[in-house]
Amino acid sequence: MAKDMTKKKIIIVGGGISGLLATIKVCELGGEVDLFSYCPVKRSHSLCAQGGINACMDTKGEHDSIYEHFDDTVYGGDFLADQLAVKGMVEAAPKLIKMFDRMGVPFTRTAEGTLDLRNFGGQKNKRTCFAGSTTGQQILYALDEQVRRWEVKGAVKKYEFWEFVKIIKNKEGICRGIVAQSMNTMEIKAFKGDTVILATGGPGQVFGRCTASTICNGSAVSAVYQQGAEIANPEFIQIHPTAIPGSDKNRLMSEACRGEGGRVWVWRNNPETGERERWYFLEDMYPAYGNLVPRDVASRAIFKVCEHMKLGIDGEHRVYLDLSHIDGDYLKRKLGGILEMYSEFVGKDPREVPMEIFPSVHYSMGGIWVDRLHNTNIPGLMASGECDYQYHGANRLGANSLLSAAYSGTVSGPEAMKWAKTGNKGSELTDAEMEAARQEVQNEYDKILQMNGSENAHKLHHEMGDLMYKYVAIERDNNGLDQGLIELKKLLKRWDDIGITDRGNVANQEAMFVRQLRNMILYAMAITKGARMRDESRGAHAKIVLENGQRKHDKDGELVFMGRDDERFMKVTIVNYDEKTEEPIISYRDFDHSLIKPRARNYAVAKKE
Amino acid sequence: MAEKKVRFVIERQDSANDKPYIQEFDVDYRPGLNVVAALMEIQKNPVTVDGKRVPPVVWECNCLEKVCGACMMVINGKARQACCALVDEIDQPIKLQPARTFPVIRDLLIDRTRMFEALKKIQGWIELDGSFESKDAPIQNPYTAQTAYEISHCMTCGCCLEACPNVGPQSDFIGPAPTVQAYLFNLHPLGKFDAPKRLNALMEKGGITSCGNSQNCVEVCPKSIKLTTYLAQLNRDVNIQALKNIFDN
Repeated sequence: MAKDMTKKKIIIVGGGISGLLATIKVCELGGEVDLFSYCPVKRSHSLCAQGGINACMDTKGEHDSIYEHFDDTVYGGDFLADQLAVKGMVEAAPKLIKMFDRMGVPFTRTAEGTLDLRNFGGQKNKRTCFAGSTTGQQILYALDEQVRRWEVKGAVKKYEFWEFVKIIKNKEGICRGIVAQSMNTMEIKAFKGDTVILATGGPGQVFGRCTASTICNGSAVSAVYQQGAEIANPEFIQIHPTAIPGSDKNRLMSEACRGEGGRVWVWRNNPETGERERWYFLEDMYPAYGNLVPRDVASRAIFKVCEHMKLGIDGEHRVYLDLSHIDGDYLKRKLGGILEMYSEFVGKDPREVPMEIFPSVHYSMGGIWVDRLHNTNIPGLMASGECDYQYHGANRLGANSLLSAAYSGTVSGPEAMKWAKTGNKGSELTDAEMEAARQEVQNEYDKILQMNGSENAHKLHHEMGDLMYKYVAIERDNNGLDQGLIELKKLLKRWDDIGITDRGNVANQEAMFVRQLRNMILYAMAITKGARMRDESRGAHAKIVLENGQRKHDKDGELVFMGRDDERFMKVTIVNYDEKTEEPIISYRDFDHSLIKPRARNYAVAKKE
Repeated sequence: MAEKKVRFVIERQDSANDKPYIQEFDVDYRPGLNVVAALMEIQKNPVTVDGKRVPPVVWECNCLEKVCGACMMVINGKARQACCALVDEIDQPIKLQPARTFPVIRDLLIDRTRMFEALKKIQGWIELDGSFESKDAPIQNPYTAQTAYEISHCMTCGCCLEACPNVGPQSDFIGPAPTVQAYLFNLHPLGKFDAPKRLNALMEKGGITSCGNSQNCVEVCPKSIKLTTYLAQLNRDVNIQALKNIFDN
C-alpha cells in the first residue's frame, strides 16, 4: 500500500507519561508519531513516581470537591500558577483516572473493589489514587502498552536510544524538524515533522545527586533555550523532604509514607524539663497539617533542625521518618515497593526501625514557557510534562506531578495535530537545510571527539552538583547566588578543557555526556540567575535577608527570610538566552490569577478560603 | 592508612562483532557502594589496575532504584540489577559480564528488543475504545487486582530470560516475562475479552510449549513475581483454549 502523504507527522521527544499520552492522542486523531527517547520508553523516569495521582474522586465521604483540589494546588503553589491552566487540569483529573482504570492500571482497591484514596501533603481530604507505592510505574506501563498497540498498527515509529540534539527551524523561524543522534551507532540524522513536542522531563541531574534518573539532565530543554525558546520560573526547584541520601543518587521515600501515618522526628532535650525526648517537630511547628505540610515547608523545617539547631541524627544531616508504629501487613499492602527498596539499599526494615532521611532535589516547577495549550514561543515547538513550566507555580503538591504529566499530554497531543493541520507553518524544509542542520551537529560532535584537555566531564558534573546544592538549594541568599554564577561561568570555561578517552563510534556514552554537560551548565545558570533576581521568598524559593553583607538574624537568633512580594514578583520569570555572552537574560511576565485572590500561605493553621 | 579498594573484573567488548576481553579496575570502597556507583567512579577515572587509561566502561542505567530494569547484567555469574548489587553483600573481586542471551552492543550494554517485540506477539494491552472518558471503569475484585499488581511490576529487565535454559539460539521461546504478561491482561475485566487471542498466540511457536519448567526464572526475578505459578496457570488456560478451539470448529 502506498504511504499516505497527507498524514500529519508529529515528532515527540521523550517517552514518559506526557510524551506517551500525547502520542496516543495524536494517533487517535489520525496522525503519525516519530517517538524519540534515550531508552526504551518503558524505562522512562515517570516510573519513579511512587505515591499517587491526585483527582477529586470523593469516594471517602469527605465531600471533596474539584474546587478544593483547585484551591489546594494554587495555594500550595504560593499563587504563582496560571489559574486557568490549573482549573483545566483539576477538572480533567477524575476523567483521567477512570480512563487509566479502563486501560489496566492496577490501582489499589477498597474491599468493595473501587479505587482506594490516600492522604497527601498540602491537602486535607483523601484525594490521591495510587497503585501501592509504584503508581508512576503502573501508569507508565499502561501507556507503554497502548503506544505499543499503535506501533503495531503502524502509527508510531519509535527511535529508542536516540538523543535529541536540536530543533530545525525554517527560514521564517518556525520549527519544522529535529536533529537526533543514535546512541548506539552514533549516526546523526535530521527528521522532518509538522509539529515537535518536547516531553523530556526535568533537569534533576543539574544538581548531581537527586531523586531523578540519570537521564533527567535537562539537556534538551537547554538546547532549545539556546535556540530561542524561553524558559520560565527555573528558580523553583522542589526539594523533596524525604529521600535516602546516597553518593550515586538520593532515593525517594514517598510522601505516601506520611500520607499513611508516618511521623518525622529527632531526639532533643525538652526545652522546659530538659528531658531527652522524641521531637515530632513538624507536628509541633505546623499543628494544622502536621507531617503533611507541603514539601517546601517540610524540607525547610528538616534543614533548620539539622543545619541550624544541630539536632540531626548523630549530628548529621538526617532525621527519622517513622512507620514502625503502623501495622506491618497494612504497610506491606500500601507501601510495599518502597519499603522493600529501603531494606534493599539500607539493609534495615522500615517496619521495625525508623528510616533515616534527608531532603533532596526532586522536581522542577519551572521549565520551557508554554501557553495553556502547551505552545512555546517558537511556532511549531511545544513542550509537555515536567519540561514545561505549567501548573505548579512556586511549589508542586505531591501527586500533582503524575496528574500534570498526564493532563499536559492530553492537551499537547491534540494541539500538535491542530497546528499540523491548520497552523501557519511557512516553507517546507529543503534537503539542503536539513543537511546543513545535520552537518552542524556532526561538526560539533566531531569536535567533542577531538577534545584533548585535562578535565574529566564526570568530575566537572560532580562539582556542578556540589555548587548548586551549596548556593541554589533550600536556603538561598544573594551573596551565594552571585558566587554560584561566578563559579558556573568558570565551569563553562573549564568545559573547553575536557579531555576524552573514548573516540570510538559505538555507543560512545562519554562524548554524549560531554555534550549534555555543556547544556546542563547553561541550564544551571538560568536557574541561578532566576533565583538571584527574584528578591522575595515564595514556595520553594526561600531567600535570606542580607544586612551589611551578612545573613540577618532576628533577636532570637533565627534567620530572617524575605517575605512574599506580590507587588513586584507575582509574575512569571522569563529567561532568554543571550547568544553573545551565553548568559541568561531575565524579565517578568504576567499570568492569569483571576479566580482565587492571593492570600498568605500558613500551614500552621487550617486553610481559609 | 591505605584506602580499602574493591576490585572489579569486567568483561568488555568494543562492538557487536569484536572479541570480548577482560579489564580490571579498583574502586575506593565506601559503605553502601553498589555496582552502578562503582561504574560511575570508573567513569571519573577510567584507569585499569595496570595503570592504563582506557575508554570508560559502557552500560545502561536510569533510575538506580530497581524500578526501570535498565541495569541488568551478570554479576558474579548471576543475572541481576546492578544498582541494588551492594558491594558489601557480594564476593570480591566482583566479576561483571553482559547478559549474553541478548546481543551485546558494547561492553555491558545489550539489546533487549526481542522482549519488547514479544509483548507485541502476546498482545499485551487492553483494547481501549479511546483515551477519552466513555464510562465508569468496571469494579474489580481487590484480590484479583492485587495479583495483577504483582505481575505488573515486571520491568522487562531480562533476568528471567538470561537464567532460562530454554531461551537461546536452540529455541524460539519468547521467555518467561513476556509470556506471563499475557496472564496479566487476561485478568483485567476488559482485557478478558481478548484472552482467547493471547492464549492462541501462546500456542504458536515460541509460546508456552517451549517452557521446559526448569524453574530458574522465579529464582532470579528481582521483583519476586511468582513466574512459575503464572506459567502453570497459563499452561492450563492454553490447554482449555486448545480444547475450545477443537470444539468450536
